[in-house]
Amino acid sequence: MKPVAFDYHRPETVSEAVALLSELGEEAAVLSGGMTLGPMLNLRMVRPRVVIDVSRIAALKTISLKDNLVVTGAGVVQADAMSSDLIARELPLLAMALPWVGHFQTRNRGTLGGSVAHADPSAEIPLSLVTLGGTVVLQSRRRERRIAARDFFQGALTTQRQPDEIVVALEWPRTPPDAGCAFAEIAQRHGDFAIAAAACCLRLSSKGEIAELSVGLGGVESRPVAVDTARFIGRSWPDAATAVAEHAATNVTPMSDHSVSADYRIALTKVLVERTFTEALSHAAQRWGRLQ
Amino acid sequence: MTTVHHPAGQRATIELTVNGQRRSGQAEPRMLLSDFLRHELQTFGVHVGCEHGVCGACTVLVGGRAMRSCTQYAVQADGADITTVEGLAAAGTMNALQSAFADEHALQCGFCTPGILCSATHFLRDTPSPTEVQVRDMLSGHICRCTGYASIVAAILQAANPKKGS
Repeated sequence: MKPVAFDYHRPETVSEAVALLSELGEEAAVLSGGMTLGPMLNLRMVRPRVVIDVSRIAALKTISLKDNLVVTGAGVVQADAMSSDLIARELPLLAMALPWVGHFQTRNRGTLGGSVAHADPSAEIPLSLVTLGGTVVLQSRRRERRIAARDFFQGALTTQRQPDEIVVALEWPRTPPDAGCAFAEIAQRHGDFAIAAAACCLRLSSKGEIAELSVGLGGVESRPVAVDTARFIGRSWPDAATAVAEHAATNVTPMSDHSVSADYRIALTKVLVERTFTEALSHAAQRWGRLQ
Repeated sequence: MTTVHHPAGQRATIELTVNGQRRSGQAEPRMLLSDFLRHELQTFGVHVGCEHGVCGACTVLVGGRAMRSCTQYAVQADGADITTVEGLAAAGTMNALQSAFADEHALQCGFCTPGILCSATHFLRDTPSPTEVQVRDMLSGHICRCTGYASIVAAILQAANPKKGS
């Protein structure tokens, strides 16, 4: 349970980090909070020759508002995101998802960007980013590029990040003040990997029709997926919960593994989507009430 | 360049504060912080269970925050301020939380206890009057194979609210 011997680099700036990666990228692992890389190193599931520790780069730890986006540095610690007023106000879905991430003791060190770069299929932060239509900002020595979260995640532990790039920030569209959100997941124990998770964010028009609707699923497929909800826009909401849940369940290709079958994941998808849709409606009503 | 570099296999000097004292020791890059605290600094209250971040036995306070010491490396802790179970109360004494553990029989073999005491210390600082649900949520990051947790929950609630608990 000890890692292989590795060279350790701890850059203090992003430019130093990407300079190192441009040289060593293929042989290097980027270490942030280490809540997922640490176990993989200790179990020797990864055997990098070099570890580049980005956990002390101050520029990666900011949370800011830029026009209609909340920009979270990749190095923002999950516990700090949980206590951020800006996130509570502008990204209620992320605020709801964070208590489901690991445990108190891992959230005190794990980071937002680390979870996204690692890309566990059941991880809550990638699911939230996909559901909200956010963007992953990558930096290499050559360029900075932005990839929609819905394209960034390609499969279990597989993303579009190239070996010479680091995730520097996540861009989250602000949630409108009259929108409502909900997050729910099923795991064998709280803090374990989710067997299935669902996130929902919606907004009603003044006529009570669905004006915006995002539904995301985690732990069901090998990557977090956004359900295509176009057909529900303009529909009245009271009867929509079951229809949205049925639609989500028939449009996923669930994994089957040692703990549960694909059929069980479909059953959970239905239950969780219906539940989050209904909760998002009452959350929207609650926030709308507070505005008036 | 300000990049710190420690080559593989070479021991570097790590200086940090442990339980209020300036300490230093030697570590090669792959040395776990948990091993460093035990083998170099002799803080044997840091218990090593699973070594991959699951069991919580090695939990210590780093900068006042409860976290596993097995999923970080000693080289990362250079300059850190760490508290282990040895630093929670003066030698030979117990603080209110530790006394509550004794009163409520919140340990049997005691292997998981140092980590839980460190977690609960940070938790109660942030959440001085927790509900039972909050305590259980925090405890989900620790594995205890003896107690069934009920007595640990009771002890933490008693430490938070001595009148109600006793």
